[in-house]
Amino acid sequence: MRSTTLPYQAATAATLALIGLLAVGIYLIGLAPQAKAQSVKAGDLMIEQAWARATPPGARVGGGYLTITNHGAAPDRLIGGSVDFAERLEIHEMAMQGEVMKMRALPDGLEIPPGGAVTLKPGGYHLMFMGLKNALEQGARVPVTLAFERAGRVTVDLAVAGMGAKSHDGQGAHGGHGGHGGHGETKMQHNMQQQ
Amino acid sequence: MRNTPLIIGAVAAALSLVIGAVLVTRFHAPEPPQQAASSGTVTSQAEEDGVTLGGPFNLETTGGARFTDADLAGKPYAIFFGFTYCPDVCPTTLNDLAGWMDELGPQAGALRYVFVTVDPERDDIETMTRYARAFSERIIPLTGTPEEIEAILDAYKIYAAKVPLEDGDYTMNHTAAIYLMGADGGFADVISYKDEAETAVRKLRALADAAPVS
Repeated sequence: MRSTTLPYQAATAATLALIGLLAVGIYLIGLAPQAKAQSVKAGDLMIEQAWARATPPGARVGGGYLTITNHGAAPDRLIGGSVDFAERLEIHEMAMQGEVMKMRALPDGLEIPPGGAVTLKPGGYHLMFMGLKNALEQGARVPVTLAFERAGRVTVDLAVAGMGAKSHDGQGAHGGHGGHGGHGETKMQHNMQQQ
Repeated sequence: MRNTPLIIGAVAAALSLVIGAVLVTRFHAPEPPQQAASSGTVTSQAEEDGVTLGGPFNLETTGGARFTDADLAGKPYAIFFGFTYCPDVCPTTLNDLAGWMDELGPQAGALRYVFVTVDPERDDIETMTRYARAFSERIIPLTGTPEEIEAILDAYKIYAAKVPLEDGDYTMNHTAAIYLMGADGGFADVISYKDEAETAVRKLRALADAAPVS
């Protein structure tokens, strides 16, 4: 398939260049929701690794998670927010007391200390979406608007991970759990198609 | 000039293969080998403590059919109490449970898996069924009247309490452990929320091993 005339070589080179660019593009698109969760700056705050869990059909609530770092000298406070896909957003804390799971709303919000960071994650603080209007589908990105006392309102995209995901990249916190999350995710999609 | 599309096509095909291979490798990287199950024998804490759990119940399952303790007789089962308005511990546990079933392989069929709501006011059987099936077809969803649920919570010593939220809404605090029950309906073991996957699978396997051969 060797060409000797210049136009062919030029065409091939141009094609190669185009496909190369395309490859980089595809790679970056693939990379974005998985490894590189969106980072958003709001005043002195940096919001990173924002994600949510896919919700099973019929679920009326969902959980959102993210890390907020305060690079400023004054404390700030996450006081609430809103989403399009649910009626209400609340800030909750889950805690295990022995074998009992305890949930409580934090009506005064969550303080982000100066020079500190607060992580909302499964098993702890989370954004609670009440009255889901539609299921959160794995692989989707859904915007959430957060309200801070000082930094004001800021919108960040949540990358939707699997139903049993334990972190933003869908990996388990412990060795074995990540694999289970994977199994469950496949299972869920399979079952949803049957419905 | 008429060969140009052919050349472009060939180059594109070759590059697609390479890109495809790269993407497949990246997205389907083999999982790190899992640690072999830690040593240690399965001891039934329940037997040591002389705890009695379980007992008769009469609830509703998929399609509105009645489902009682008699329907569970003869096969060991794992029973978990939760609710569908639960964002964290319930989907996590059901998802883990589905993964453990996969790990058990054919042995998974030696057990039954039961998901009982602690929130009968909001969880009707349609909701419970759709929810449970999202994780595994094997999970049996159960709900009932508040009185019927109260009875099974008492029998299994499950703590469940409403936590009021804004606008008259509520969430629930509840026991999040999975109870493992023998073929005779007697308490055998418990999978704690904190248990690692290998511990959970080991406990389920022990329960399946103890199952009467059918």
